[in-house]
Amino acid sequence: MRRHRLLTIIGALTIAILAAAPALAQDKFITVASTTSTEQSGLFGHILPLFKAKTGIEVRVIAQGTGQALDTGRRGDADVVFVHDRAAEEKFVAEGFGVERREVMYNDFVLVGPKSDPAKIAGTKDIAAALKKIAEAKAPFASRGDKSGTHAAELRLWKIAGVDPDSGKGTWYRETGSGMGPTLNTAAAMDAYALTDRGTWISFKNRRNLAIVVEGDHRLFNQYGVMLVNPAKHPHVKKDLGMAFIEWVTSPEGQKAIADYKIEGEQLFFPNYRKDGAS
Amino acid sequence: MSDITAALATALGLIARLDARLVEIVALSLQVSLTAVAVAAGLGLPLGAAVALGRFPGRRVLIVVLNSLMGLPPVVVGLVVYLLLSRAGPLGPLGLLFTPSAMVIAQATLITPIIAALTRQVIEDAWREYEEQLRSLGVTPRRAILTLLWDTRFSLVTAVLAGFGRASAEVGAVMIVGGNIDGVTRVMTTAIALETSKGDLPLALGLGLILITLVMGVNTAAYVIKEAAQRKFG
Repeated sequence: MRRHRLLTIIGALTIAILAAAPALAQDKFITVASTTSTEQSGLFGHILPLFKAKTGIEVRVIAQGTGQALDTGRRGDADVVFVHDRAAEEKFVAEGFGVERREVMYNDFVLVGPKSDPAKIAGTKDIAAALKKIAEAKAPFASRGDKSGTHAAELRLWKIAGVDPDSGKGTWYRETGSGMGPTLNTAAAMDAYALTDRGTWISFKNRRNLAIVVEGDHRLFNQYGVMLVNPAKHPHVKKDLGMAFIEWVTSPEGQKAIADYKIEGEQLFFPNYRKDGAS
Repeated sequence: MSDITAALATALGLIARLDARLVEIVALSLQVSLTAVAVAAGLGLPLGAAVALGRFPGRRVLIVVLNSLMGLPPVVVGLVVYLLLSRAGPLGPLGLLFTPSAMVIAQATLITPIIAALTRQVIEDAWREYEEQLRSLGVTPRRAILTLLWDTRFSLVTAVLAGFGRASAEVGAVMIVGGNIDGVTRVMTTAIALETSKGDLPLALGLGLILITLVMGVNTAAYVIKEAAQRKFG
């Protein structure tokens, strides 16, 4: 009798929890683990309605750093991963967690810094030389420090510059351990240099004293790739719907939608899918 | 200062034109947090009362544990619920991760100890007062729990409101288990975090002002109902 009542209570609570699922939930949806740059720059807000109008598939985007997004895919919590760190993506595929990897589009990284420019690098083109000067001047530098695609790119650039940023930890090299936006907020507040993707920078509003100091170096190239989470590893992955999305972003129509997205007349992402896989 | 004026203007503008996305986010916030409170009250009230009246080994330890759990860090709760609900976790097949249900589970986990711990204190105080009377009537422990819960119901409203406050204010847990998906799991606190990271501080603060107003609204409603009920049933 008492146990019976307990079961009733547990049942009622379960129903309460499940009833919280919104009525608007649709069956035809996929979950895409992507990066803060694609979500916060407004790109997805622009292209996903077009995709939905064409196919009826709703895309639910989880915006994370590239490292975390790949991990979400690895655990099977997303159907598609859309990120920007080629080395990490290739590892993800090689380990059997992802299939059908395609290069979709690119933009570039820019180095932003305070107008006072303590390292005297504004307007230069050589990113490695600029980073070296920052280290020599011990000018504050705000790093993501979160294993994101931008963080990985930043670490590669330090390596090219021949500087070990860890030597400045606690003094001029400051790891925020957070997303691109929060890192830019931090950099703006303490007049620090920071590496950011151009998309996030263009749509970022709290710039204060920050401006672009170095851009245009070919080593600042930032490639985005898309891949399906391997259905052989995670049988619940929505293979057909996920592939429909991958096919669409790499189709002429999807590529045009990406190119058409502009903020204040400035194009944020440049489509570059090629069937033979090269980019 | 100009940021704060801009925030106020943004908040008023959003409210004045009943911004459709704002309404959606507010509705989801209330739905998630109120459901979590209902679940947590369903578990926490009887649990708190049972600990108050029960005499069993380890009771004191349990009281200290319950009190400590009031300070559970939301991000840790989020992480644990995430690992449980993830496809790679034990409850993965349910497919609940990144849904409002997952957010309810996380918030309910977070606030059940708060409601239970506060209930325990209220009931224990009431028990001291009524112990002799209840004993002389020879009521069963079960009956005593129900009687005391009913007699202290007006004080317990505060315990439940404390839980609601915590649930509606936290961002760490719902961000992890909900994923802040636009139109699906985006609530007030995660929207504020998002706008902050986009550097749109006035909009973020404006949303914050709306959230505080909402919480005040719920508390006012609870207060008015409590007063009216107290007058009626004394």
